[in-house]
Amino acid sequence: MDKFIELGQDMAALWMQYWDRYLVGIRSTLILAVVATLIGCVIGLLCGILNTIPYTKNDSLPKRFVLRLIRVIVRIYVEVFRGTPMVLQAVFIYYGLPYFTNQQIMFRGNSGLWLAAIIVVSINTGAYMAESVRGGIISIDPGQTEGAKAIGMTHVQTMTSVILPQAFRNILPQIGNNFIINIKDTSVMFIIGFIEFFGQHRNIVGNNNMYFQSAAIEMIGYLTMTLIASFLLRRLEKWLDGNSSYELVQDDALTLSAGTYTHPGKGTPFDERNLEKTLDAEQRERQRQELKHGRSRGER
Amino acid sequence: MSETILEVRHLSKSFGEHEVLKDIDFTVRTGDVTSIIGASGSGKSTLLRCINLLETPTSGQILFHGQEVTGKGVNPSRYRSKVGMVFQSFNLFNNMTVLDNCMVGQVKVLKKSREEARENAMKYLDQVGMTPYIKAKPRQISGGQKQRVAIARALAMEPEVLLFDEPTSALDPEMVGEVLSVMRDLARNGMTMLVVTHEMAFARDVSSHVVFMSDGVICEQGDPQQVFSNPQQQRTRDFLSRFMEH
Repeated sequence: MDKFIELGQDMAALWMQYWDRYLVGIRSTLILAVVATLIGCVIGLLCGILNTIPYTKNDSLPKRFVLRLIRVIVRIYVEVFRGTPMVLQAVFIYYGLPYFTNQQIMFRGNSGLWLAAIIVVSINTGAYMAESVRGGIISIDPGQTEGAKAIGMTHVQTMTSVILPQAFRNILPQIGNNFIINIKDTSVMFIIGFIEFFGQHRNIVGNNNMYFQSAAIEMIGYLTMTLIASFLLRRLEKWLDGNSSYELVQDDALTLSAGTYTHPGKGTPFDERNLEKTLDAEQRERQRQELKHGRSRGER
Repeated sequence: MSETILEVRHLSKSFGEHEVLKDIDFTVRTGDVTSIIGASGSGKSTLLRCINLLETPTSGQILFHGQEVTGKGVNPSRYRSKVGMVFQSFNLFNNMTVLDNCMVGQVKVLKKSREEARENAMKYLDQVGMTPYIKAKPRQISGGQKQRVAIARALAMEPEVLLFDEPTSALDPEMVGEVLSVMRDLARNGMTMLVVTHEMAFARDVSSHVVFMSDGVICEQGDPQQVFSNPQQQRTRDFLSRFMEH
């Protein structure tokens, strides 16, 4: 117990002294995570769409060749960036690009660091998202595509109006997953000298050796960020799902006559509360009858 | 004699080794209501899907107003916008409301303004009795209602022919009636329709032409009176007797 009190006191002291640096770190982490997740989603979306353009044997040879080539390139991109650690990717891009281009492309200064960090995390996220998007697209019922084709939509129109909005809703949890992973994993950007939340921790403990106490602050900081992120994502999902009820503009004569529709006076099948009320009323009436006569009417 | 709108010539379709359609020939004239009947697996749906190019025919020709639709220089999307299709499983767009389902094709494909599309959509939704539900999503309405919206969606494109692929097969018996009554009204108003169906009463009473398919070939076709009351082929007789028992 004493240990915890001591830890708490040390953490408070650390926070009092360095709170501005921790907050700057948090800000960098969040900006990097948000921007890179967004760009990563765009990359993933593009790859996912390119990967699912259909072709048949009847298509011309060049078209088939180009589509096959695109699939191979996307596949290589996904496998390479999904299959290697982001720390090493950062090193390869930050130091490798200047090396291969004879210093033509260089990441100079603070803005260079930001650029390199955003590129690395975006490309990495994109590789994961490409697979999620592909999964999201192929999970949509083929009937949706056929319905769109049958009214004369082109592939692009089908994708943008029908398939992607539905696929997007399905992969939203995956996007959230990637965002939360990015909040945490941007910490490996210290390897190229990018100072975010974890980078600040490394700088601070370099001064005072309070390694564990500062790490505890980091833990709390990261957990707070990810909890808020997942809360907001849930809200977004709920908002996208929209209202589960809808207004009836007037009565539907055809279903009324077909007997699938209870008369509005009795409550519609879509109006659960109304239905419950009528049920309740019926039950109460039956109970009253039973109390009066001891048995239900049918058995008398 | 009315104009020939759709002509199928020597159409064949194979899935791998399996030959589903063999040398199909028939024509549809403006105002015809053609019912395609036959046992499951006889190739009825495949024929319809070939006509709408959802399946690519292996050989043969489909002529729309005398022009080959599989030929070079014919845009399949433009052709499809003139040939409406209603599916067994409705295939309404789940991410849109009933109204948007009927508007999206007009706006995106026919490039109509939203106001014009909305007005037109309301006209056809009214025709199928679905105006009360314009704000509902497909998952919130019943099967029969979905199918009526699907019909309105196809009609809103103002197609020249409407294809129905077993429109009532996925419906509860009590909902079949509401869809068939919409289709009957369409037929009465002179819509050119090609209907794959198991509803023999509809085929007999509403259609102007009946095609009986068996094992990928057209076994018999003609006037509904003649096909139903005096079938020439043994296979047609067998099929109809099985259906007329109940």
